[in-house]
Amino acid sequence: MNEFYQLGYNSLFIVILMSFFIGALLCVQIKINIWSPWMPRFTIGYAMREVLLLEFASSIICIILAGKVGSNIASEIGTMRVTQQIDALDVMGVNSANHILLPKILAMVSAVPLFVTFSVASGIVGAYVVCKLGGFLSMADLILGLQHCYEGWHLWTAYIKSFFFAFIIASVSGYFGYTVRGGSIEVGRAGTNSVVVSSVLILFTDLLLTNLLMA
Amino acid sequence: MISITDIHKHFDDQEVLHGISATFEAGKTNLTIGRSGSGKTVLLRCIVGLLTPDQGQVLYDGRDIHRLGKREGALLRQEMGMLFQGAALFDSMDVFHNVLFPLEMFSTKTYREQLQRARFCLDRVGLIEAEGKMPSELSGGMQKRVAIARAIALEPRYLFCDEPNSGLDPISSRLIDRLISDITHEYGITTIVNTHDMGSVRGIGEQVLFIHDGCAEWTGTSHDIDGTDSPHLREFLDHV
Repeated sequence: MNEFYQLGYNSLFIVILMSFFIGALLCVQIKINIWSPWMPRFTIGYAMREVLLLEFASSIICIILAGKVGSNIASEIGTMRVTQQIDALDVMGVNSANHILLPKILAMVSAVPLFVTFSVASGIVGAYVVCKLGGFLSMADLILGLQHCYEGWHLWTAYIKSFFFAFIIASVSGYFGYTVRGGSIEVGRAGTNSVVVSSVLILFTDLLLTNLLMA
Repeated sequence: MISITDIHKHFDDQEVLHGISATFEAGKTNLTIGRSGSGKTVLLRCIVGLLTPDQGQVLYDGRDIHRLGKREGALLRQEMGMLFQGAALFDSMDVFHNVLFPLEMFSTKTYREQLQRARFCLDRVGLIEAEGKMPSELSGGMQKRVAIARAIALEPRYLFCDEPNSGLDPISSRLIDRLISDITHEYGITTIVNTHDMGSVRGIGEQVLFIHDGCAEWTGTSHDIDGTDSPHLREFLDHV
């Protein structure tokens, strides 16, 4: 529960904040740059919903989390390694990899899929607020767009993808932290490498899963 | 008793230990001394099983730590306590939970007894009043004392200390030395202490092993050390 709170709950605010603004920005961008009189008005809400569900709420949020949570995991475990805390566990006979990594992986795979719900919801709220305050679109058109051709499976794919991405973030960052040798410079490098590798793996897995789930 | 036979260890193309053999007796404070980089820490890590020697045996009362099965190895580890150079307390736990941790993991005692044991260990090192503090709030000497309390929580048969006095003032150093020596005699533990502090050697050293360039150059008691005929040990003594 402690790991769930630290890795999950503590990231919730940034997920909600970013999703809120992305939802709002998507509406503004589509209205200003894509929309034409030939397009139905509800297209703005429809396109915004699809972007949120298909990519933003799972992939992009997880890339952001790879930066925030992944580097945190790598540097925390790396510091434990260089300050001999992991050696202390090993000498006691505790399976250090299991003891340190497993709670983080479990916390991430259970927290991140929940973020999808919060991300989509706050993205819609962001769109609603910008349409209401900025007058970009009527509420009726926005709601029509959000409901237009809704595929429940798209939401499920976001949950499934985020589950895999959460595993990638926790395990890759954990690996880089656990295998640190040296001092503070190596800990910093482990944090950076974990973010880079996690992000690339997330994108690659996204490509793979999208083909598998949406084909 | 711990006996090591013909321990060799190399990293890449550099051989660090060149066939060290020694016996560390139970109920005595066994000191390993030598210059920085002589191989003391690598030897200790081979003894506790954090490193696997390329060649040789490490016997804990006849049990070779590097050839035990997973279960037997885990049981042997529960008989070991270790004080690391930097104390290695868990940052995420307060002092009391650091000491309680090995009990929670391995003890068959009831939770109430575990709490009592943790308090007893903290009291033994004189830090019962600091039980709610985080490791970062403690001085270096206090951290070492908490690490000792954690090391003895499971009533170990073997205690290992890697440079317990490094970074401490002379008064704190003697306090740590005295604590290690008292605990060793009180519980009849086999204790191995890595140090280059001659104050420790003269204060608590009973059996001394001098390592030079990865070789066991001299062994004897702390009383014999001044009469040594080893040129490297003589040089070491002259410079401390």
